[in-house]
Amino acid sequence: MKYLMLVCTDPDYKPGQDDGAPDVEDWVREMDGKGIRLLGNRTRPASDATTVRVRNREVLLTDGPYAETKDLMAGFDVLECADLDEAIQVAAKHPMAWSGMIELRPFWPDSED
Amino acid sequence: MKDRIAGIYADGWSRIVATMIRFTGGDWDLAEECAQDAFAQALEKWPGSGAPDQPLAWLTTTARHRAIDRMRRASTEAAKLREVAAMEPEPPPYPSDSAIPDERLELMFTCCHPSLSLDAQVALTLRSLAGLSTAEIARAFLVPERTMGQRLFRAKQKVAHAGIPFRVPPAHLLPERLPAVLHVLYLLFNEGYGDPRKARLCRDAIRLARVLAELMPDEPEAQGMLALMLLHDARRPARTDAAGDLVTLDDQDRARWDRAQIAEGAAICERALRRRRAGPFQLQAAIAACHATAPVADRTDWPQIVGLYTQLARIAPSPVVELNRAVAIGMADGPEAALPLVDAIAATGQLDDYYLLHATRADLLRRAGRMAEATDSYRAALALAPTEAERRYLRNRGAG
Repeated sequence: MKYLMLVCTDPDYKPGQDDGAPDVEDWVREMDGKGIRLLGNRTRPASDATTVRVRNREVLLTDGPYAETKDLMAGFDVLECADLDEAIQVAAKHPMAWSGMIELRPFWPDSED
Repeated sequence: MKDRIAGIYADGWSRIVATMIRFTGGDWDLAEECAQDAFAQALEKWPGSGAPDQPLAWLTTTARHRAIDRMRRASTEAAKLREVAAMEPEPPPYPSDSAIPDERLELMFTCCHPSLSLDAQVALTLRSLAGLSTAEIARAFLVPERTMGQRLFRAKQKVAHAGIPFRVPPAHLLPERLPAVLHVLYLLFNEGYGDPRKARLCRDAIRLARVLAELMPDEPEAQGMLALMLLHDARRPARTDAAGDLVTLDDQDRARWDRAQIAEGAAICERALRRRRAGPFQLQAAIAACHATAPVADRTDWPQIVGLYTQLARIAPSPVVELNRAVAIGMADGPEAALPLVDAIAATGQLDDYYLLHATRADLLRRAGRMAEATDSYRAALALAPTEAERRYLRNRGAG
């Protein structure tokens, strides 16, 4: 199964809670090596985002992210895992799970191929 | 015959559903529908032809037959067609009840997967494992049937779409996954224990706890939870009086306790503790056993109970455990020894809304002869008590 791993910051994070967190380079190397991480990258902050909508054939642009939430998303990865248990273990090894939060979204099966 | 089938349903439903979930490749709705259909056919056919020698095998084979039928007809779902094509020719009927694989443990761990909300875990467990209908679950949780139907629908969708595996977690995941299963089953038990209208939840919870204990004989906490349920449930007949009012432990008519069930619970608890991996359920069961095996309330082994609560407070600290420990100290060493502990718990503010904090304090004050303060605490407890029976009890006790 494929999962989108949304890597986000956590506004409620308190410094020190990520003591002993793994290193992100190690994580990337391990998951790439296992064929679990298909692609992924860091994304620039919400202040650099542009939101695109087409309404009545007109392209409407908004400066910033689409939701009026804080800038949470910091990056993403696409994972190929046997099941949710494996995806959870992979996400829990990512340092951002220790100081931020990670959302796992399964892909629709049609988009797998 | 109807009773016979109802009996088979109680024990067999989860076996058949688990097998069918595996067989349909994770289509929970289809699995349940086919299991349901098999029982409907049994109700129709067995009264005339007599029940088959191997009823579970008959039911599972019937359910499987129905599933194959349904999957063949669902021609729009190409993926399933491929699966069906792969399993042709049709597998032979199950030769005996014991030939059916027992995947109830897989089902339990899937229903109680921590990626599901607790509400969803509970609903799935009652539907797939205990065999309650959506309407029955809705009634048990006092929500509209529609709401419960949606909750079940969403839960099954998530299991399928999110890729929650249908399996018993590997050993390294068990320490974090087993507590979730225990938590759901015990929550069901408590839900039924607190409210006589929901008594069937207690029976269902005990039934499932027996299955879990039987399938996980090396997990002392699974044994401990079963013991705890049996010990609590054994006192049920004496727990309320004719008017439905709550009777406290020391006032209960011990002749009405179920002695055989107490003996069973105490024996299971003792065996579990011998493994030297004490956990919260085993310790609570040991405490319940101390109460249940005392011939009269006055001969309860309170110092032993204090020791068990002290151990429990160490491995599973919580203000409620501290409160219970204080109650035990009050019984072992007198109210004056316990009051400072209760006041310390009250000072943290964590149990402000917990009526038993105020009721306990009231009781200790009354026993210490401080009547005016006791009355104030009884009133505070009365305002917070969740059920009418508990309110009546407090009024009788002196809340005025």
